[in-house]
Amino acid sequence: MAATPLQSFQHLVASLRDAVPAPEHFTLSYSGEHSQFIRFNHAKVRQAGEVQQASCVLKLIADGRQAELQFTLGNDAEVDQLRLQQALEQLRQTLPLLEPDPYLQLNDSAWQSHSVQDQPLPDSAEVLAQIEQGAGDLDLVGIYAAGPICRGFASSFGAFGWHQANSFNFDWSLFHSNGEAVKANYAGQTWDHEAFAVRLQQTREQLDYLGRPLKKLAPGQYRAYLAPAALDEVMGMLCWGGFSAQAIATKNSPLQRLYSADASLSPLTSIAEQVSGSLSPSFSDEGLLRSDLRLIDKGQALDRLICARSAAEFELAANGADSHEAPCALSMAPGDLEHSEILTRLGTGLYISNLWYLNYSDLPAARMTGLTRFATFWVENGEIQAPVSTMRFDDSVYSLLGSQLEALTTDRELILSTSTYGQRQTSSSHLPGALVKRLTLTL
Amino acid sequence: MFELTALLRQRFAALRSSGEFFSLRYVQQSQQHLSVRKNIAEPPFLSRDEGAMLTVRLNGVETYAATADLSQAGLQRALEQAEALARQIAGRALLDLREQPVATGRADYCSPNLEQAFPSLAECYALLAQESASVPSDSRLVNWHASLGISTIEQIYLNTAGAELRQAQRFIYPGFSTTAFDGQDSQTRTLGRENFGQQGGLDVIERCGLVGAGAKVADQALQLLLAPNTPSGVRDLLLMPDQMMLQIHESIGHPLEMDRILGDERNYAGTSFVKASDFGNLQYGSKLLNVTFDPSIREELASYSHDDDGSAAHKQFLIKDGLLVRPLGGALSQFRSGLEGVANSRACGWNRAPIDRMANLNIEPGDKPLAQLIGGIEQGILMRTNRSWSIDDARNKFQFGCEWGQLIENGELKGVVKNPNYRGISAQFWGNLSAVGDASTLQVLGTPNCGKGEPNQVVRVGHASPACVFSQIDVFGGDA
Repeated sequence: MAATPLQSFQHLVASLRDAVPAPEHFTLSYSGEHSQFIRFNHAKVRQAGEVQQASCVLKLIADGRQAELQFTLGNDAEVDQLRLQQALEQLRQTLPLLEPDPYLQLNDSAWQSHSVQDQPLPDSAEVLAQIEQGAGDLDLVGIYAAGPICRGFASSFGAFGWHQANSFNFDWSLFHSNGEAVKANYAGQTWDHEAFAVRLQQTREQLDYLGRPLKKLAPGQYRAYLAPAALDEVMGMLCWGGFSAQAIATKNSPLQRLYSADASLSPLTSIAEQVSGSLSPSFSDEGLLRSDLRLIDKGQALDRLICARSAAEFELAANGADSHEAPCALSMAPGDLEHSEILTRLGTGLYISNLWYLNYSDLPAARMTGLTRFATFWVENGEIQAPVSTMRFDDSVYSLLGSQLEALTTDRELILSTSTYGQRQTSSSHLPGALVKRLTLTL
Repeated sequence: MFELTALLRQRFAALRSSGEFFSLRYVQQSQQHLSVRKNIAEPPFLSRDEGAMLTVRLNGVETYAATADLSQAGLQRALEQAEALARQIAGRALLDLREQPVATGRADYCSPNLEQAFPSLAECYALLAQESASVPSDSRLVNWHASLGISTIEQIYLNTAGAELRQAQRFIYPGFSTTAFDGQDSQTRTLGRENFGQQGGLDVIERCGLVGAGAKVADQALQLLLAPNTPSGVRDLLLMPDQMMLQIHESIGHPLEMDRILGDERNYAGTSFVKASDFGNLQYGSKLLNVTFDPSIREELASYSHDDDGSAAHKQFLIKDGLLVRPLGGALSQFRSGLEGVANSRACGWNRAPIDRMANLNIEPGDKPLAQLIGGIEQGILMRTNRSWSIDDARNKFQFGCEWGQLIENGELKGVVKNPNYRGISAQFWGNLSAVGDASTLQVLGTPNCGKGEPNQVVRVGHASPACVFSQIDVFGGDA
């Protein structure tokens, strides 16, 4: 019987403990998945496949120097042991070529963490049948991704962490014959046929609105409601260096003026890195236990994400951030706007379901641009009137989440990452919707 | 080189399948990422990756399974997984591929100068340290960073129609970046910024100008910090090659991808304002616009002999004298659409299936040297080095930002301006192309970071372009 991913990792760690005597030290991290990917176009399967992959990153530390090497595992104990030995040998040859690293920081704690969420995954044949039954007559396009994801970490100091979760993520859009579309997602660990059917039905119903004649807006300033998925795009941009200790210190953070107290956001804006209870591992890729952090509290900057290297360089205390110092479980505090009141409170303006392709117009000013995409509606006197053609916005976060933020919804949406670059991601965000008094449209 | 060929041939020959066709694509990749930040060498990141994708066609349904287990049993298991999936989706598959031709080519392809040894890790660090140390002492210079990425890839493709295609390539990504800060505003200037990727060896470092870059890039960051904001208004716009590459990429490359036009990408990367019926009919730009798919420029990032489905790659015009003539569509898209395309079916590695991608997408040079381009502008602005990009899902409404701006008045270059941005609509923008630089203005550039596909993939793309002038474009600056 083939070894489980955990057993494979344990064998590698055991052999490393023998092969790396003090004063050398090592860390070994593990990342693996067995995924099924099924793409849809016109409600038919466009492309389908399975991917089984696992890799380790071995870091070797000696004489004040460090280097790391990532290698793919071959699902064969003998092959994997050989690759581990080759990696160790290459790193031993590399270290003497390096200068001592002044920012090397050893983590000598021997923490233990074990989390296995191995609920049975849905049978893909049943999923396909249900999608066909619920949307076979529609123009559905998207992807179903499912399977176990594993993350591991071990160190020569005795730390050992294992995180394994089975999950699925069906991310789809329904297209009207006029080219307009609505987007939806059903993700989690236990597939509920009824819950999925309800979600699909809600998406179908939104299609009716998309059939109305398009309203073309002129550039200008408009009241707007950003649904959680739209706000997630704004947050995604802020996560790109916004809370990073290194980016803040080197003036490459879009929130540098917030962190230097030269600017503030609305008192309604409170943002946390809420790892506990999320789907992310409780330990970072560097082997530090993650902390829950209050990044922004009532519009003021508080914590930042600090990895071990930044901690050494900027004389801060590491707090379990990954080496790239981006949030993995962002959570924004809710407000007092009831779901049933959204359109009424919006009055006349834009209901924006999703935003797309954001980037910075002026990074130090946190000014960003992007576009509406999927189900954006013109609302008058609290009633949806028409879908709106694609519009570009260009506005500052200090406006959207600052002076122009009117309310946040009481309900929040848990958004699980659909990103599959390199591997299926485990990050998530938990966000309300945002009502803003003024959003600047430019094109 | 290609050491696994004999073993893979043997194992491929021993595979058993009930499918009418199957293939194996083996990919081995080694990478090094080295950097020196503020005169401190960062720990090197090294990687080695290998695995294979088995693709099977069973009763016209194609599916795949990717595995890093390259044993006979591992490959057979993957093939059987793919077959099982093909059976499962039969009846629900979008495409019937029984009539689609398969690749039969046999060829080897290598990057230029691949046989030449690359400088050692210690020598690379010494080069990066030297450039880092050349940044002058100035309290406003708060961050700087010299980096070098080296990636070597071997790929072997085998199929049951007898194809055997081998590629060995080396990609080099030099870079230098400096940030200046005055207490309120910060400005970053870069060389490379992952846009100067090329195939080759030490010659790439020599061509990109990394040697001697430290002091120059730092000086330009300080100039930007002192510069006024870009004025708002309509001006003629002179784009240098390191912004042209982004302009080509986003507003010509992506809209011409046939899988987008066929709707595959509508849930993620998006669709296109171009329709299948536009090929041969749509005047995409002014008559000065000539765009090619060109895999023959040896140092360009996406030069190759065959794509990842085994189609032979040749130079083709996609836009000729402004007229749209051919899409970026590989063998499958050509089969689906009935249009002639190019060999651009590509995957990022062994664990992702090939889809339509850009490869080398270039603008052919015109007849004007840079001085003449500038001399022909009454009121304009020169922009170089992309730093911000945003475009709608149909690849039409765009807004791009650059690091460096310089005003042009009455045919002469004037002062530096910061935060240069411009916006437009693809379907109209290329019609405003009013002058194209000659070969002396052309640069061969490329990036490793083009994202697309479900599941997601990033691939290398090359863009060679001369400097180009666009008339009457909406430009503007930042807040600070």
